[in-house]
Amino acid sequence: MNIVVCVKRVPETAEADLKIASDRKAIDEEGLAFQINESDNYALEQALLIKEDLGGEVTVLTAGPEASEEVLRMSMAKGADTAVRLADDAFADGDAVATAQALAASIKEMEYDLVLTGCMASDDGATAVGVALAELLGVPHATYVVEMEIADGKAVVGRELEGGLVEKLDMKLPAVVTIQTGINEPRYASIMGIARASKREITLKSASDLGLAAAVVGAEGSRTQILGLDYPPVGEGAEILEGTPAEASGKLAQVLKEKGFA
Amino acid sequence: MNEILVLTEHLNGEFRDITFEMLTKARSLADAGGGKVAAVLFGSGVGDLAEKLTLLADEVLVSDHGSFANYNSAVYQPVLAEVVKSRGSSLVMIGHTAFGVDLAPSLAVALEVPLATDVIDVKHDGGAFTAMRQIYGGKINEEVGFGGAAQVMVTVRAAAFPPEEASREGSVVELGVDVPEEPALRRFVEYVEAAIGDVDITKSEVVIAVGRGIREEENMAMIEELAELLGGVVACSRPIVDAGWLPKDRQVGSSGKTVKPKLYVAVGVSGQFQHVSGMKSAETIVAINKDPKAPIFSAAHYGIVGDLFKVLPVLKEKIGELRA
Repeated sequence: MNIVVCVKRVPETAEADLKIASDRKAIDEEGLAFQINESDNYALEQALLIKEDLGGEVTVLTAGPEASEEVLRMSMAKGADTAVRLADDAFADGDAVATAQALAASIKEMEYDLVLTGCMASDDGATAVGVALAELLGVPHATYVVEMEIADGKAVVGRELEGGLVEKLDMKLPAVVTIQTGINEPRYASIMGIARASKREITLKSASDLGLAAAVVGAEGSRTQILGLDYPPVGEGAEILEGTPAEASGKLAQVLKEKGFA
Repeated sequence: MNEILVLTEHLNGEFRDITFEMLTKARSLADAGGGKVAAVLFGSGVGDLAEKLTLLADEVLVSDHGSFANYNSAVYQPVLAEVVKSRGSSLVMIGHTAFGVDLAPSLAVALEVPLATDVIDVKHDGGAFTAMRQIYGGKINEEVGFGGAAQVMVTVRAAAFPPEEASREGSVVELGVDVPEEPALRRFVEYVEAAIGDVDITKSEVVIAVGRGIREEENMAMIEELAELLGGVVACSRPIVDAGWLPKDRQVGSSGKTVKPKLYVAVGVSGQFQHVSGMKSAETIVAINKDPKAPIFSAAHYGIVGDLFKVLPVLKEKIGELRA
């Protein structure tokens, strides 16, 4: 069972105070910590679990700048066998479909049974690369997968729908599966693993290596464009209870008392 | 603008809210831009449903076929591609739901049309569509253009457009399209309902919800204590379930439970829309978060911007003092 895992390096922004860059097309990345996209980390873990069960090789694949090699190395430290980075300025700033074009061209060169990726990137939130990739590869797909078994050339998966409902379906391999967070417990890399991975080779592929014209990938190949970023308008919003923790808590306790909760 | 085509979504014989939300937006765009609204209804034995859309849509395009008995994007995609292509629809709207997300990107690739996902607004100015979406968990808005394409596609966030009444007298049209059998490559098996646990968070008048900000499992005790003090139950946002600190039936949000308690206290919850959609109807919402720009403060009535590890202990004291 050969598995390709598509991963993305993203900034950790859950608790960060974000600033929009002066061109208003991106955020200012200074001071932000970067890591593997959360659901991609679960996808990697799922690939490693399947490999432990059925054998085969796990390849991690990313399209991104040199800095994203840290995500590939960390993936190898956890057990991925090989790593490929789509390294070409032509790939930069692509929308979800343009990024899927680059990934698809690279995966078509590999022998694979299964492609796993996270269901959503936490930065752009597109939720689209995996499904676009499946269409470009001409294989079936399933999204938001929270349960997964491989048997007899098939993937039997459970998709998470709204309200906690799970849709079970089966697919013939090869297939693309986008993994939802919570499906497993991602492992941590060992110190030994990290040391070994630091010396491993990462295969680099340019657009021309993959036979791709610049016009179908990256910003040029994107059918959508970012016109501009802005901060969401501040709505009515909450009445902020100001002061030190003690003062604010005192005010909140008073509010709760007035409303009959305290 | 030619036509705005809306893919309706239904489950167990009922339209989901997203259907009316999209049709409402489509109606207002079409009325302003001189276009028409077509609602596409795929299903098995859904004839009666079509009439429910004729007040909002100019045409309800129906294909009733056994292959549509359960939603399968592998069946929907080729049929919908054919419909969009033959009608030359200017804008295609699909829900940014578990169903829509499974379908729209492959449809956009097949039709070679631009796609913006999870949009919260769509505009039509000077003959071109633009869309607004949110990135970085709702902290930044992104305006997206479609390069002047004649056909564009969006997936629409739930609850982005409040549904409104309309008084069209649309017609119901049978689509003469070939519907394939469900392909062997991807087959629907069954729906499995979520298991019911020992605590039903939808029944409690006070819900204390905890999010990623709690950091460590051992800190969960602080939340339990606050819940006990206020006579409520502990609920959570997705990361807490992912970490295995609470069971799935405690999760509030679009893939979890929807709650409407009298008091909802969100502690260390950033407030991504998936979570907010499950609690925004609570009577009183209090948020405690250290990031003043956290989206949860837009949903809350009262907020404390601060470190929950400093706020919670003293809050418990203050409540105790008021009771003494």
